[in-house]
Amino acid sequence: MADASIGLWTVPLAVLGGAIRVSTPFLFVSLGECITERSGRINLGLEGTLVMGAMSAYGVSYLTGSPWLGVLAAGITGALLGALHAGICSLPRVNDVAVGIALMLFGIGLAFFLGKPLIEPTAPRLPAIDFGWWSDIPQVRAALRINVLFLIGVAIAPILYWAFKATRWGLLIRTAGESSDAARAMGHSVLLIRLRATMVGGFLAGIGGSFLSLFYPGSWNEGLSSGQGITAVALVIFARWDPLLCLWASLAFGGAAALGPALQSVGVTSGYHLFNAAPYILTLAIMIITCSPKRTLTGAPAELSITR
Amino acid sequence: MDFSRISRRHLLQGGAALALGGTIGARTAQAAETTIGFIYVGSRDDYGYNQAHAQGAAALKKLPGIKVVEEEKVPETDAVEKTMESMINLDGSTLLFPTSFGYFSPHVVKIANKYPKIRFEHCGGLWTEKDPKNAGSYFGYIDEAQFISGIVAGYSTKSGKLGFVAAKPIPQVLRNINAFTLGAKLANPKATTQVIFTGDWSMPVKEAEATNSLIDQGVDVLTCHVDGPKTMVENAARRGAFVCGYHVNQSPLAPKAYLTGAEWNWEALYPKFLKMITSGESIPNFYRGGLKEEIVKCSPYGEAVSAEARKHADEMKAKLVLGEYTIFKGPILDNKGKTVIAASVERGQKDPELEKMDYLIEGVIGATS
Repeated sequence: MADASIGLWTVPLAVLGGAIRVSTPFLFVSLGECITERSGRINLGLEGTLVMGAMSAYGVSYLTGSPWLGVLAAGITGALLGALHAGICSLPRVNDVAVGIALMLFGIGLAFFLGKPLIEPTAPRLPAIDFGWWSDIPQVRAALRINVLFLIGVAIAPILYWAFKATRWGLLIRTAGESSDAARAMGHSVLLIRLRATMVGGFLAGIGGSFLSLFYPGSWNEGLSSGQGITAVALVIFARWDPLLCLWASLAFGGAAALGPALQSVGVTSGYHLFNAAPYILTLAIMIITCSPKRTLTGAPAELSITR
Repeated sequence: MDFSRISRRHLLQGGAALALGGTIGARTAQAAETTIGFIYVGSRDDYGYNQAHAQGAAALKKLPGIKVVEEEKVPETDAVEKTMESMINLDGSTLLFPTSFGYFSPHVVKIANKYPKIRFEHCGGLWTEKDPKNAGSYFGYIDEAQFISGIVAGYSTKSGKLGFVAAKPIPQVLRNINAFTLGAKLANPKATTQVIFTGDWSMPVKEAEATNSLIDQGVDVLTCHVDGPKTMVENAARRGAFVCGYHVNQSPLAPKAYLTGAEWNWEALYPKFLKMITSGESIPNFYRGGLKEEIVKCSPYGEAVSAEARKHADEMKAKLVLGEYTIFKGPILDNKGKTVIAASVERGQKDPELEKMDYLIEGVIGATS
């Protein structure tokens, strides 16, 4: 690492690296939530799912020695929590937002309780693929050590975009989300569609959690998520329920999270609290610019309890 | 009550009440041995601040006739009062260790006034003459251990750039950063410490980002002052940098990268407190100390530490223990060029001016605001 300083170039590089490293949980949770919300339901409990996913992935990886089994366990845990949310919400006159908040607290509490003995041990982590082999600069190589989960997430986004447009089940989810009456008239069970959509959403969110504990920052502790699940749910609204926009928004949030530390490291030290708040300022600004009192948000599924 | 109507349920209730009475009786009988209560603000196996206290509690548990009760994750609110009261009334604790800074005022003060026979030892060093006499506070000058870490770091760095992942620019943190840098400059006058503030005590993603950014800047030895150093230690080791630990010994997390670290030594202090109590001595209400008083210590050196570094660090450690060396000795400039400690001034360990520290010294890259 001799003479390894690359000066101000650190900032764009760190933002790029941060976009890749930090964005994956945002990406998975927001894509999952995108599916759920497109079916006409909001699952605010994904923060709890994310934390539960992180904990169960770490635990299974530690016990079995295989991080990939951990990822699978996280997904299954997430799907089960999704099923719980959908199950409760299918009862008459249940508010999905309230259930979501309850499940968020439940998930976090359960994860902290079960995760207690997991704070100290070190579990095997997911491997990274070295995409920076062509470069001699260690910083570039470090920024381009990419985890497969990130690539999977990036691949899911366009597939989902296409699926919502062109596949039968994608259209069904949208029908359930835009008009449950229409879906029912076509002979489909809206509750069943939403159950599946919420479970898939939970599955993805759980995998997002496994990335936190098994790759970056790469260990289980109780402050691990610090609100990333909730941010990702908000990100879906910000991305107008469009999977491709979810991808860009996640990358922007990841990059913005790296901005504060990166600027401090090159000596821009004033107002680091402001830079740390960059993702939220970005959200607020875009919300203010695009909102209108005359119509509901473009792209919002009509059946969502917040738009109805 | 109409006796003809005594049902099975009533009988069971009566039986349960009797059994309960029995256990309470048994509890008072047990209370002949000393029960000590420990209250932690976070998880007690966090490889950090709380684990350090839990290790102290574990040292007490080993002593004969001592029972330790513990509660984790107690917030710095009314909740800690309830925990203290239940430890006193239900567990029969006579000595309590509320270990978090924010517990003291008003919570410990309030409960200490209510239970004048119970002894309260608060970690954080906030006790003043106005506070109840059965409460006391203790704290350690861990900057002395950070100073030693700095010396080792100064010898171990190849780039001359050290990194410090810090939570917030408060006096205690700044003092650690400055002491670390002074130690490093002793070993390598050209060494600089780059500091990144994450904004809060536990922000794993930010801490990991800070670690990566520092290493991207060419930093090759890192240390930190956050609640759980695990994230920094693991991520720095993965990138091939050396680390100096904080709070407890983190060498199991990164055996090759771990140089040394600044640790609390509560497992030496707490049995000392207990001895004072059993021998009828009173613990000073305001208890402070550093390496000499065995309140802080340095982790054993890692394999990567050179013989030269070991020798110099051991020498300085010995001087600090003997009280022959002052870390904050003028002239010291801050990193904006202003003199903060004048040429002939020596600010010793207990100097109250150091507790108001609001500057970063020359050689630190970073700003407090």
